[in-house]
Order: sequence, then C-alpha cells, then structure tokens
Amino acid sequence: MTAPSKGRKLLEVSGLTMDFGGLRAIDSVGLDIFEGEIVALIGPNGAGKTTFFNCVTGIYEPTAGEVMIHPPGEKSRRINGMKPNRITTLGMARTFQNIRLFPAMTVLENVMIGRHCRTGTSILDAILNSRRAVREERETVEKSYRLLKKVGLADVADEFSRNLSYGAQRRLEIARAMATDPFLLLLDEPAAGMNPQETLELDELIVRIRSEDKLAILLIEHDMKLVMSISDRIYVMEYGKEIAQGTPREIKENPRVIEAYLGEEAHA
Amino acid sequence: MAHLKRSFGIGLWFMFLTLPLMVVRVNTLNHEVEWRWSNMIWVGICAFAIAWFWQFSIERRTARRAHVAADAHPEVEKLSLAQRLADDPVLSRRVLIGAAVVAMIFPWLVSTGQNYYHINVMVSALIFVVLGLGLNITVGLAGLLDLGYIAFFAVGAYTYALLSKNFDLGFWTCLPLGGLMGMLFGVVLGFPILRLRGDYLAIVTLGFASITKIVLENWDTVFGGAAGIAGIPRPEFFGMALDGRQKSVYTYYIVLALVALTIVVTTRLKNSRVGRAWMALREDEIACVAMGVDMARTKLSAYALGAFWAGLVGVIFAAHNNFINPDSFTFMDSAMILAMVVLGGMGSILGVIIAGLALKLLPEYLRAFAEYRMLVFGAVMVLMMIFRPQGLINNMRRKYECDTVEGDHDDGAK
Amino acid sequence: MDFQYLFELLCGGVVKGSIYALIALGYTMVYGIIQLINFAHGEVYMIGAFVAFIVAGILTLTGYSGLTVLVLAAVVALIYAAAYGYTLEKIAYRPLRNAPRLSPLISAIGASIFLMNYVQLAQTPDFLPFPELVADFEFMEPIARYVSSVDLVILIVTTVTMIALTVLIKYTRIGKAMRATQQDMVMARLVGVNVDRVISATFIIGSVLAAIAGVLIASRTGQINSAIGFMAGLKAFTAAVLGGIGNIPGAVLGGLVLGIAETLGAGYISSAYEDVFAFGLLVLILILRPAGLLGKAVKQKV
Repeated sequence: MTAPSKGRKLLEVSGLTMDFGGLRAIDSVGLDIFEGEIVALIGPNGAGKTTFFNCVTGIYEPTAGEVMIHPPGEKSRRINGMKPNRITTLGMARTFQNIRLFPAMTVLENVMIGRHCRTGTSILDAILNSRRAVREERETVEKSYRLLKKVGLADVADEFSRNLSYGAQRRLEIARAMATDPFLLLLDEPAAGMNPQETLELDELIVRIRSEDKLAILLIEHDMKLVMSISDRIYVMEYGKEIAQGTPREIKENPRVIEAYLGEEAHA
Repeated sequence: MAHLKRSFGIGLWFMFLTLPLMVVRVNTLNHEVEWRWSNMIWVGICAFAIAWFWQFSIERRTARRAHVAADAHPEVEKLSLAQRLADDPVLSRRVLIGAAVVAMIFPWLVSTGQNYYHINVMVSALIFVVLGLGLNITVGLAGLLDLGYIAFFAVGAYTYALLSKNFDLGFWTCLPLGGLMGMLFGVVLGFPILRLRGDYLAIVTLGFASITKIVLENWDTVFGGAAGIAGIPRPEFFGMALDGRQKSVYTYYIVLALVALTIVVTTRLKNSRVGRAWMALREDEIACVAMGVDMARTKLSAYALGAFWAGLVGVIFAAHNNFINPDSFTFMDSAMILAMVVLGGMGSILGVIIAGLALKLLPEYLRAFAEYRMLVFGAVMVLMMIFRPQGLINNMRRKYECDTVEGDHDDGAK
Repeated sequence: MDFQYLFELLCGGVVKGSIYALIALGYTMVYGIIQLINFAHGEVYMIGAFVAFIVAGILTLTGYSGLTVLVLAAVVALIYAAAYGYTLEKIAYRPLRNAPRLSPLISAIGASIFLMNYVQLAQTPDFLPFPELVADFEFMEPIARYVSSVDLVILIVTTVTMIALTVLIKYTRIGKAMRATQQDMVMARLVGVNVDRVISATFIIGSVLAAIAGVLIASRTGQINSAIGFMAGLKAFTAAVLGGIGNIPGAVLGGLVLGIAETLGAGYISSAYEDVFAFGLLVLILILRPAGLLGKAVKQKV
C-alpha cells in the first residue's frame, strides 16, 4: 500500500509516562499521527497499549509527557489531564477493547449518543419540544442512521445492542465513535473476537472510513495480517517502552521486533 | 423428587430459623412466656411451597438466559404486551384517551354528596405517583440510586407551610417556589456528592435525608419540631369558598394535572438528547464520558430535576393534608417510592404509574394487607431484582422514523 | 476546661466506638469480597439482640441468673445470627452475583426492610426492656463513673473478638482463602478456592460479630426494638467507610473515631443532633477522602 504524502500533524505525543503506584506502565513513549494516516500500535499483551490509549483520551491523567493535538482548522492544544468528554468534543473518539456499548439502548440510540457533544438541545428545549429540539433530533437520527448503513447495521437499528453478535457490536462501537465527528479515530483491538470473514470486512471498512470521511486512524491490533495490510506506519511497544517504528515493511524486517513480538507470535 | 426433598429441607431450615422470633414471645412485665407453636407449622408449610416454586423459577430463569445466549439472533426477545401496544399508534391512542376520560370523571364515579373519602385516597395515591415519576428520572433513567428522595418532598411541603404561615403567601405562588426550593436543594447537595460511586451515593443520600428529618424534628422554633405545622391552607380557587368535597375534588384535579404534566415532561425528556445521555450514563459511565457526555452536568440535571418534582408535589401534599410533621418523611417513605420505580421497571413511565397506584391503593382498601405492607414491599424488591430486574413493564425500545435518508430506508425502519 | 467531663465522654466514645467497630467489620469484610453494601447487616445485629432477649427471658423465668444467662443467650444469638446471615446471602445476593451493580444493592435494601418488619410483626414494634445481666463488679467502683461494669465487659469482649478475627484471617485456611478471594475472585477460583463457600463464611463471620455487638449493646442500653438495626447499621457503615471500606483495621479505627466524635459532639454541642454528627462525618469523608482513612485509592480498569 502506498503511503499518502504526509500532511499536517494531528496528534503529537512526546515523552508520555504513566505510573501506577510504583509500576511504570508507560515509559516515555512518543507518537505522531498525520492527516489521512492509518497508524497501528502493536506489541505483546501487557505492553501498555491500552494504557496509552487511556492516557491520550483522558481516562487517565499521564504522570509526565505531552499530548498535543492539532485539530484541522483550529488552534493546537495540550490535552494532558483534560476530561474525556472534552477531548472527544475536540475531535478524538475511541472504541473499547472490552466492548462498552449501552446494552439496554437500541442500536440507533447507541449511535445517537455520539451526537450528544455536537448538539445543544437543553432540558427546556426538550420539555417545550422547541424548534431547535425537533430539528436537532431529526438531524441526529438521520446522521446516525447513515452511519449505521456505513457499518452495515442499518437493518438492526431498532434492536437492543446487547442482542447483536460480537462482530456487529464492534462495528457499532466504530459507528458510535464516528458519530462524534472526530478528526482522529482510535480503535482498541477492533478485530478481537472476529472470524476471518468479519476481519476482512473490517479491513475494508477501516480503509473506506479513511478515504470517505477523511479521518486519521490509530489502532491497537493483534491481527498481524490486518495490521500489515492497512497501516501506513506502525509503532511497536514492549514493557511500556517504544522499541520500533516505521512502515510495515521496516517493522517486518526489524530484528528487535521479530525477537520481541513476531517471534513470540510465530511460536504461538 | 430431588426438588421435593430439597424443599422439605428448606422448610425445616426455616422452621428452625424462625423458631425464636415467630414462636416465643416474652412478656417481661408479667414474667410470662407465650409459645405460639402454630406459627411454626405455618412457616414450615409456606417455606416448603415457596422453596419448591423458587427452584422452579430459578431453573426457568437459567434456561431462558442460556437460550438467549446460545441464539444470538435479535428476534428471540418476545415482544411484551405493552411493547405491542406502543407499536400500534391507533390502539395506544385509544387506550390513552380512555384512561384520560376515566381520570377526568373519576370524582363523579366514586362519590356522591359529602362522601369524598375515595377522592382523598386517590389524591394521596396520585401524589405518590408524581413522586415515583420524579424519582424515576433520577434512579430509573439516570441510574443514580437516591435513598433520600423524600427529603426533597419535605423541602417542598415545609416551604409552603412556612411561607403561608409566616408571609401569608398563597398556594399558587408557593407551588413553583416549592419546586424551585427542591431543585435548589438538589443542586446544592448534588454538587459535591455526585462524583461518588453509585453505592456510596445511595448511602450519602440516605444520610442527608436522615439529617433533614432530625433537623426538622429538633429545630422547633422554625419547623415546629416533632409536632409539625398545622393549619396549612388548602389551594385557593379564585377567592371562592369551597366546601369539603369541593376542596377535595379541586385538589384532585390539581394533582391530576400535575401527573399529566409530569408524564408529558418525562416522556419528552426521555426521548431527547438529555434523556438519552441519562440512560447512557446509567448503562456505562466510562463509555458515556468517552462519547463526549459531560458527566457532572448530566448527573446534576437528573438529580435536580427529580428533586424539582418532589418539591412541587410536596406543596400539594402540605395543602391537601392541612398539616405536616416530620413523620411523613421517613426512610420507609423513600423506600416505598423506590419500590414503585423498581416494581414498575426502571425508566418505564407507564410501569411506575401502575406500580405507584397499586402500592398506595392496595393497603388502603385491603386493610388486612396494610399491616404487612412493608414486609411485602421488602420481599418484592428482592424478588423483582432476582426474577424481573426490568420491572413489570419492560422499558420499551423506542423506534425512530427517518424518512429523509436518501435511498431505501425501509429495510431498517420496519 | 472540665477534664473529668472530657475523660468521661472519651470513655463513653471508646465503648460506643468498639461496638460500631464490631458491626463495621461485617460490612467491610463483605464489601471487600463482593463489593456489596450489605444493607441488611444492621438487621442481623438487631435479630441477634432479639434472640438474646428471648432466650434470656426464658432462662430468667426458669431461675437462672446473671452471667450464665448472658453467655447462654449470647451463644444462641450467635448461632441464629450466623444462620440468618447465611440464609440472607443465599436468597438475596447469590442469584445476583453477576447482575448490574445496583441490583444487589436494591435487593439488600429490600431484605433489610423485610427483616425489620418481620421482627416487628412477629414480636412487637414497641421497645422491650432488656434484662440487666451484668452485675456491678466491686473492683470497678472507684472508676464506675467513667467505665461501668457493662462497659468493661464490652471492651474485653470486643478486644478478644478482634484478636480472634485477626488470627482467623491471618493463619487459618479459610482466612487465607478469604484474603485470596478479596484480591482476585477469578484467580482464587482458578487455584481451587471454593468461592461460594468463602462468601458464605464471610457472611457467617460478619453476622456473628454483629450479633455479639447486638447482645452487648442491648445489655448496655437496657432496651431493644425492631428498628435499632437500621440506625446502628448506618452508623457502622459510616465507620467502615471512614476507615476505608474493605480494610479490616480501618473498620476498627473508623468505629472508634466515629464513636468518639459522636459522643464529644453530643456532650459539648447537643445530644439531639448526635446522628447529624455521624452523617456529617460520613459526607465529609466521602467527599474529601472517599478511600477512607486507611484505604487506598484504586484505579478502575478500562
């Protein structure tokens, strides 16, 4: 796959460190993402990938380091320690490794939640059913429905999300994150628990999202085939440290990575 | 056979368990011991029957869950009667109109002349329905377990009592003030405590309600202490003098209007951006925040809005009773309102109304039941959580129409 | 400053606090293992006191007296409290082990209301006079103003109980299993710990402690009724949170702090607002330091 020419920088992480008590889960990790890129973050289990996600999206406050974002058309910001909802509003949305949908809400409603930070109907608007409430509600439904179509879940829009299959739930998480109109989408193991056919469809979906919605994507993934086929660049972590970065080809040939990660994978 | 044997064992176990409390009664004044052995036999028989039924129900529950898990197709969920009713706009409208008509002519159905006992009972029940619907916002929709909800009810009631006594303010002036006071208390209390985890929140709200009651009981100069405040005026009606029955009928219509208003407001909120955020918060806090929902604001709005209804209806309660004292605002009242929400189904408006009416009217008309009321409520809360956590009436899924999406929308919005 | 009065209050606070601590231990142990506020724990305490009252009543009428009655009544009360705790867990909590977090809590509240009303209906809603079973010791006379004979019994029994509990948790098989389950239930199950049995044992131990507290407090205050469990439970929960819920030494410390704070508040400010001090303390501690005095803040795993 040809890497697109590097555009503007969107996310700039440097020296990110996270301690839990005495344990250093992430040790001075840096990572950049440019416009239109698909970047993968890989590494053995327990390498600190999900913790990295949590630090970047505001679930945890990093112990040290800088997380800067450069949203297109807006001024740059340092987002360390910002609340997750603020970060999402600024334009970074994520999915979860252990699916966190709203089980007792319908599929469509799950996506509609993503529109929350892009709409402003107040309690009073809702009670009075004001013009704004009606208009925003209609737009929210339309937009959410369109997203469901994109991920192929339109025909189950009115089902409770708990009744979906595993793969469908993962796709719903992507749709929900996209509803927040992000410029950068962070996917935490989107293919986990999917069968090969579903993984193939996911591969196609991610690439399509990038080209159609002009999004950059950062993903954590264990499925090497998926990672190698869609990523422009790859970062590799081990024991909280970044041990390599580069194009898929460079990573494939990097001896450290083979030793630390692919070697283990080859045995498995 | 194994079931029978187990049930027999359980029966014996419960006979042992209840032996001292059910059988023996010591009268320390006369130095007598009363032995009530017949109770033991009853316990044994009942425990045996319940145990048998219990095992049967648990088995069914497990089987049903396994069935749902094994077959991940969405179609397995059977549509409830209520869901089918809601899906049929013509029928649901008819039922709604029918209910409204019955509610409107209710005073003329049940009472003639000066007999207005039934109307008063209905007013009390409807007051609790409003409370249930208000708590339904906090607990049912937003998932914030508030065990001290009755305190906001007390705030509203005392607001009216004090304002009318000290400043001669009328009912209609005080009605919104009571609601606002409730809301104000909700915001002030909610602000520091809403970041607590769910179970801590429950205990702290309970603590607040206890503090409120103690203050009301002990600060005699302002709140009249344990004796309370008497002589609270009934709602005024354009300066006209009403007789006893007319007063009750009038109050009935006021509270009925409030019920209708609450239903409209809650329904609209539930199906709006605000209500969806509440439900999402209830389902998964972290995911909700990660989707850009401001947790503090969302929680606070749910808490304060619930408190608003309690304050509002508190004013009506004070006006209806003419008299209030701290005994009307105990933990047991909070628990009863919670039981309504639990029984009705968290978040279900229709369910809460039915449960509210049932819990308030049954003890009133079945005197034999009244004594065992709280015993039954307690048991019901346990049983509901185990066998029907979604409540008597399922929280129904809402379907959205979207005609403007380009192309074939019909495949989804069936 | 009247130091004598202060000392009197402090002694009273310690006695009261050690009772809170006994009940708080049950909350903390259960919470440590299944993260549930066992709302009905106060009811088990009340039932313990009631059973003791009934047994003591029967024995007194048949001619026994004093400490013999107290010990026999206490033993029966402990057995019954254990049985109730065990049954409670089986019925109200076990079926909800994997339910959403609020479900077992609501079930617990229901169980609490049920038990309270059950005792009220089976016995009486009125206050009953609990017999005086501890005679005044002669050697206590000089300091009886500060520590009465009943108080001395309370202090001795609570100290011994807590030592026994510590030994149980530190050195016995079931204690080790409890600690393992508390740290990681899934892992404990994998290495062969019977988690269901550990949870039952926790409820039984907690209930026994509560019953001890029930018998002691009843012989101190001289009266019981079916509603005493509610307030005591709430206070003890406050103590557990104060010390850091899930933390056993914390529960003891929290109980003592709460008991002393309450007695001092009642003694110097107003006894009518005694409960307000307790709840005020609870609210403050939860807002300022939700992990409690000895607890550690835990990060939620995402």
